[in-house]
Amino acid sequence: MRNVKLLYFAWLRERIGVAEEDLAVPDGVITIADLIAWLRLRSAGHLAAFATTTSLRCAVNQDFATPETLIATGDEIAFFPPVTGG
Amino acid sequence: MANIRVQTADFDIGAEFAALCVGRADIGGLGCFVGTVRDTAKGRKISAMTLEHYPAMTEAAMGRIAVAAEQRWELLGCTLIHRVGRLLPGENIVLVLAASPHRQAALDATGFLIDWLKTRAPFWKKESFPDGTEEWVSANDADEAAASRWA
Repeated sequence: MRNVKLLYFAWLRERIGVAEEDLAVPDGVITIADLIAWLRLRSAGHLAAFATTTSLRCAVNQDFATPETLIATGDEIAFFPPVTGG
Repeated sequence: MANIRVQTADFDIGAEFAALCVGRADIGGLGCFVGTVRDTAKGRKISAMTLEHYPAMTEAAMGRIAVAAEQRWELLGCTLIHRVGRLLPGENIVLVLAASPHRQAALDATGFLIDWLKTRAPFWKKESFPDGTEEWVSANDADEAAASRWA
C-alpha cells in the first residue's frame, strides 16, 4: 500500500463531496489511470466525478501529470476539470 | 524577475505600472492586459463570478508561465496578478504587464502570458445567475487554440 493525498477542485469536488482525502492505495495501482479506475469504485460520487476522463486533468506534486504518470508514496495528487482562469 | 500574486483584493493598475518601472530607464515598451468580469455568459445575465484555485500549485504554475515568456522574449520584468473569490460584473480579474526594451516583444509577451494563464494555471470560474443557479465555466476550444499558436 502507498499513502497519497488526493485533492479535488471545482465540479469534481462537488460531485465527490470532499475537497481532499488521504488514502492508502493498493500496490496494483501504479499509474494515474490505474488510480482513476480504482477511485471510481469508492462511491457513487467518485463514479460521477470520474465517469469520463476527457474533461479531467491531473497534477502530481503541483505539476501537470498524464494518465501514464507513476504514483509514489507521499504524492499530492490533484484532480480537476480543464482550467478556466484568466 | 516576475512579480506574481494571487489575491482576493483588487489591484491598482497605475501602481503596478509604477512598481515595474521604478528606478529604471531601459524599458522601451510596456504591454498591459486587464481581464474583467463581463455581465453576460452565453447570452444570459450573470450576477457574480467566483474564482477557485489550487493554492499550492497556482503561483508555481504562474512562475513557470513567466519563465516561458522570459525565454521567448527579451523581458525586463513582468507582473501577473490573478484575483480569486467572488467577483461582481465589471470587476477586475487578472492583470498582465510585460516590460521590454521593444514594443513588439512587450505586446507579444503580454498576449502569450494571458493565453497561457487561461490554459495552464489552475483557476476555475463559476458563474452565478440572478435566479440563484450556478454553473462551472467549461474550458473553451478557442482559448486552447489561442494558447497553441505560441507553441
